[in-house]
Amino acid sequence: MDYFAQQLINGLVLGSIYGLIAIGYTMVYGIVGMINFAHGDIFMIGGFIALITFLILVSLGLTMVPVILLIVLLVAMAITALYGWTVERIAYRPLRHSFRLAPMLSAIGMSFVLVNYSQIAQGARVKPVPPIITGGYSLFEQDGFVVRLSNVQIIVVITTIVLLAIFTWLVARTRLGRDMRACEQDQTMAALLGVDVDRTISMTFVIGAALAAVAGMMYLLYYGLVDFYMGFVAGIKAFTAAVLGGIGSLPGAMLGGLLIGLIETLWSAYFSVEYKDVAAFSILIIVLIFRPTGLLGRPEVEKV
Amino acid sequence: MTAAGVTSTASEPRLASRGPGIAFILKKALISALVALVLFSLMIGIRTEAGPTGQLIYWTRFGDLAAMVAAVFGGSIAIELLRQWWGPVGTVRVVPKRVQGVMALAGRAIAPLLLIFALLVPVIFYDQRYILDLGILVLTYVMLGWGLNVVVGLAGLLDLGYVAFYAVGAYSYALLATNFGLSFWVCLPLAGILASFWGVLLGFPVLRLRGDYLAIVTLAFGEIIRLVIINWQSLTGGPNGVSGIPRPTLFGIPLAPGPNGLAAKLGIEFSPTHRIVFLFYVILALALLTNWVTIRLRRLPIGRAWEALREDEVACRALGINTTTTKLTAFATGAMFGGLAGAFFATRQGFISPESFTFQESALVLAIVVLGGMGSQLGIALAALTMIGGFELFRGLEEFRMLVFGIAMVLLMIWRPRGLIGHRVPTVFLRHSRAISSDLVKEGHG
Repeated sequence: MDYFAQQLINGLVLGSIYGLIAIGYTMVYGIVGMINFAHGDIFMIGGFIALITFLILVSLGLTMVPVILLIVLLVAMAITALYGWTVERIAYRPLRHSFRLAPMLSAIGMSFVLVNYSQIAQGARVKPVPPIITGGYSLFEQDGFVVRLSNVQIIVVITTIVLLAIFTWLVARTRLGRDMRACEQDQTMAALLGVDVDRTISMTFVIGAALAAVAGMMYLLYYGLVDFYMGFVAGIKAFTAAVLGGIGSLPGAMLGGLLIGLIETLWSAYFSVEYKDVAAFSILIIVLIFRPTGLLGRPEVEKV
Repeated sequence: MTAAGVTSTASEPRLASRGPGIAFILKKALISALVALVLFSLMIGIRTEAGPTGQLIYWTRFGDLAAMVAAVFGGSIAIELLRQWWGPVGTVRVVPKRVQGVMALAGRAIAPLLLIFALLVPVIFYDQRYILDLGILVLTYVMLGWGLNVVVGLAGLLDLGYVAFYAVGAYSYALLATNFGLSFWVCLPLAGILASFWGVLLGFPVLRLRGDYLAIVTLAFGEIIRLVIINWQSLTGGPNGVSGIPRPTLFGIPLAPGPNGLAAKLGIEFSPTHRIVFLFYVILALALLTNWVTIRLRRLPIGRAWEALREDEVACRALGINTTTTKLTAFATGAMFGGLAGAFFATRQGFISPESFTFQESALVLAIVVLGGMGSQLGIALAALTMIGGFELFRGLEEFRMLVFGIAMVLLMIWRPRGLIGHRVPTVFLRHSRAISSDLVKEGHG
């Protein structure tokens, strides 16, 4: 029971990170109808920028951890958001009315560009950082096994919840959110009614990238390392999460992320660590076979 | 921004519009440079590395940063000037009649010429091992491209996990040969059959999926195969791979030195080049087999059904075509050729490991098919030649190779989404043949 409780905590924390990335996939798919293959690598870029900002701040002699974290968060979000904007502007916007596979292939190309750019710019080796946030609480103890909740885990979960609240408000209440929902339903009609479609789509990518940057920073805090290849697997898993929750649905993406995080952690804990990725990918295939619309998604009408 | 620039040049004479354009071009380049400055500021301006004590250290590279930003500024101006010079997108350039005639003749002659050249390569370049090896590599990718073309180009199903079948073929041959001592020629069909079996296995669950979903599931499938190969150490040797894979023989006669070798039997002096030349002709034969089967299949009802499926799945079903078997045969056929190519790869290398079967490989083959124009056999052959040849140019600059590959893929999609060389035309048509407009069809839809 205690071992299970510990895995549950770990799984929920990992799931929060996946959920943050999955939102980027699901938003873009909802509006543009394409899989943003490079999104996982945007997450990786976010991790790198957080790492570099953190190093600079520490070497400048800043010691207050909350201030450092806040600055790192803001810088990572801002610069990564610009990456998201640039990727959309260069690789996707010219292809918006091209044939169906073109944006997908362009996204694969962009993913290669981002991965190899990071590898060339920052080297191929894994970048470890010392634990930034230490300490935690022992929740309860049973048969000598202590169930622990670390401060990092608390921060990850709280940040995720706060960001989700802001984000939900953004989509539900603001002008931008209304534009986004309008574009999702019918781009031509939205344009006729005065919605700037180009700008709305750009903003979707910007927000998705900013959330991915937060995920990247949380990953850095939680695991204490980044490397240039981490975006690929994390990206597929987050996409799996988005599909599991029902692509196009925002609560679904978060739910899917939590489920994938839990499944992965529990699988590693009780079966085998080696096959945890196989488990996640198998779930993707199984979900698509039996429930292609996901848990919270709407069924898609096939048009001739 | 761009639209305004292009239309202004379109409506006025070219030279006259140069003047007012300069301010616009400069402004655009400045914005690009500014964006680049922010993007690269931390990633290129700062370099991190684990120091001697394990702690991360960093140093600045402002020179590189300035160079990159300057490059973006200059590049932006160059692109804008090129765009003005080229004219608005979608302009049809009038080609003189005579040039058209010459081009049509060249188009007809190029395939036989290429084939004759391929047959003669080992004769011409007998002494140049490097060119022979490169030729074998190119032909392997030509074969993979033609194999994937059945799935992507003909049936219109986007497959991002093609490398899985390549891996299945390679490991089938490697394991059968090292564990049971079966010869290459026995294993080759077995590898093909096993791969096509996996193709059907993948095909079943994805029958109902639409284009993008299909792509991601095939990608996941490819990764699952790779992860299983890495982790099932007792069977596959895990990350260490399988080594000591036997070389192919000519009807049981090994191409090796010694009294039993082919050279000794023919009474000529042994040379390692014999084996390379033999391998070259084996892969050439396999590739031509792939091509021939594809061309013949296109004339059979099943090939017609693939093309119909690509153009419109709903209409296909309405006409009574069984989409299930159509899709499954496409997957199985494509996978079989992948498996054959994999078996060849294993015997050529003599050693295989999971590292050879990553997603990059799938993307490379897919890029060849797309570059070749999806469905055009000649286009794919030329695309493989261009891609693998281009990769060779970057030998020694290993880490820039994939970067350039990625950039090329993005630019290609923007510039010629339908491929460089070919354009797809259905085999059967009503009255006159014509290329299909992109907005009339929905690939892999349904």
